[in-house]
Amino acid sequence: MSLLEIKNLHVAIGEKEIVKGLSLAIRSGEVHAIMGPNGTGKSTLSKAIAGHPDYTITSGDVLLDGKSILALEADERARAGLFLAFQYPSEIPGVSIANFLRAAQQARMAEGEELDASAYYKRLYSKMDLLKIDRKFTSRSVNDGFSGGEKKRCEILQMAMLEPKFALMDETDSGLDIDALRIVADGVNTMRGPNLGVLLITHYQRLLDYIIPDHVHVMYDGRLVKSGDKSLALELEAKGYDWVKKELAIV
Amino acid sequence: MPTLTETKSLTGSFTPEKFAAHLAGLPALPQWWLNRKRAAYERFVALPMPSATDETWRFSTRSTLTLDGFHVPSAGASAAQLHSPIGIKKSAKLVFVNGRLDSREPLAADLTQRGVIVDTLQNALHQHCALVKEHLLAQPPKLGSAKFAALHEAFLTDGAFIYVPKGVEVELPIGVFSYAAGAGAAVFPHTLVVADDNSKVTVVEYFGSSVDSDAHFAVGANDLYASHGSQITYVGKQDWSLSTLSFQLNSTIVRRDARVQSLNLHLGARQARHESLSQLQAPGAFSEMLALTVAHDAQEFDQRTLQIHQAPNTKSDLLYKNALRDHAKTIFSGLIVVDPDAQKTDAYQSNRNLMLSDDCEANSLPGLEIQANDVRCTHGATTSRIDPEQEFYLQSRGIGKEAADELLTFGFFEDVLNRLASDELHAALRTLIQTKFTK
Repeated sequence: MSLLEIKNLHVAIGEKEIVKGLSLAIRSGEVHAIMGPNGTGKSTLSKAIAGHPDYTITSGDVLLDGKSILALEADERARAGLFLAFQYPSEIPGVSIANFLRAAQQARMAEGEELDASAYYKRLYSKMDLLKIDRKFTSRSVNDGFSGGEKKRCEILQMAMLEPKFALMDETDSGLDIDALRIVADGVNTMRGPNLGVLLITHYQRLLDYIIPDHVHVMYDGRLVKSGDKSLALELEAKGYDWVKKELAIV
Repeated sequence: MPTLTETKSLTGSFTPEKFAAHLAGLPALPQWWLNRKRAAYERFVALPMPSATDETWRFSTRSTLTLDGFHVPSAGASAAQLHSPIGIKKSAKLVFVNGRLDSREPLAADLTQRGVIVDTLQNALHQHCALVKEHLLAQPPKLGSAKFAALHEAFLTDGAFIYVPKGVEVELPIGVFSYAAGAGAAVFPHTLVVADDNSKVTVVEYFGSSVDSDAHFAVGANDLYASHGSQITYVGKQDWSLSTLSFQLNSTIVRRDARVQSLNLHLGARQARHESLSQLQAPGAFSEMLALTVAHDAQEFDQRTLQIHQAPNTKSDLLYKNALRDHAKTIFSGLIVVDPDAQKTDAYQSNRNLMLSDDCEANSLPGLEIQANDVRCTHGATTSRIDPEQEFYLQSRGIGKEAADELLTFGFFEDVLNRLASDELHAALRTLIQTKFTK
């Protein structure tokens, strides 16, 4: 059982404050969704937690099982159990998915310890079977010339192999047609379980038709302004973000 | 007493006394070879060290080019401590330590019966004198290292001689290993390959130090001669100790419809100069020149190339890739020359540099000199840095800086390694490159 706590987090890019005091606790087994209009700081939140050097955390804290991760480099945070599924994953020409994942696995082993190659491939293939991914996929270069759907599938495969404690999924549904969306959602649902906490970041409600969240939060102007269960997402879909803005104005 | 006006010695450790001792230590040599060695020594003494105005040494660090502090070992050393760096199946193997044959694995009997020769140059000087005389160091140095080429010829003790007769194909690679042993040892490795008409051979050469911490001085050279319709694949792996000063001077001649593929891997030495000359002498000749360099710390790799098209319908394809880390420095200077009657030449030259740190330096000087009017020549150089988003992507998967550099370097090298027809060789090169990241 793990716990990811975001405590009164403030994040700036350069001089500009983007996230303005956001708090949230996610436990293993839970799926939280953060919804909000564009430019409200959703992606900034996920990248700051993952340790992107361009994002400065000006105050607040992020704790993984009670320990602050803010002093850790991005690779150390990943090895501690965080996974960021990118909205726009980078292309790495010449590096096959198999070799890439192998390096990521090797990085999680103790100094001097060698990854057992046959066990690794066995595990890789079983994950691919589980996610219904063709075996040929892993000999392709990471995201190089991939369609939007292939890129997201590659992210899901990496997540399945790395078995994080917490996955931050940044606009995983963007750029996907309905078939690709279903495949990605099936992947996440397959991995869902008592050992994984998920933070889904999305603009649209449609992803939440396929991945049913336990908690839904609305983000606006760098803060969470409303929280509820999955019905909040439906309400938001029906009434639009203006409804939240109006409510906030009244408050 | 040294004075301000004192000029640096032109011979350094390689004095006339040392040269005389070197000759005295050799077995009886054919008169022509002895004469050539003497003439070479005279050239070495007379030629100046590279100067600031030398265009062929532009960007090179000259202050660290020294001839002092080395000795020519009078004997080999124990091979017990030599590591075996390339675990591939070979058809024959020669191991030299300090320029002397240390051990060998002979050719299979059927290849010997068909006339294939894998032997030492010392033996070949007597038994295959005409072939050696025709091809050994037959091409004058054109790329700036005439002084070092002369030193190599003067002090050349022994090396590999490989001959493949007409129509014979040697399936497995022939391995040549040259080691330097003992601090300050100066070595002069040489490999001569003659592929007769329609023959086929792969030669894998390795240069290494017996002890990683010892400083050596190495001036190696090779001659590759591909006769009509033949195919030579040559893979050279330079893995000298990181305090070695290295020069390697390669010359390739490609005849009608012949094809030579060379891949030079540069890992070792504190400063390494590599000169590579390809002469395409008859129609249909094709030379593929490949190089991969992993430069780290304060290493300097200086590569100079020349592709000379001397006949119509010839092709050359050069791709040199450098991955640079830390404060490392690379220099690439390449020239394509197309002679007036070499119409329909197809020449390509590309130098690509991957900068893995902000403090490294890559210099690139591509060049063309075309005297024919119906040719296709392309050249170019690119230098790229790691995209910070790419770096963050790798990090977000738990991959640290060192491992990320390794992964990106292999990604960068992949298209060159893929040009090797042998998967086994490809894998062996990968393994050797990996050692550069775990040191």
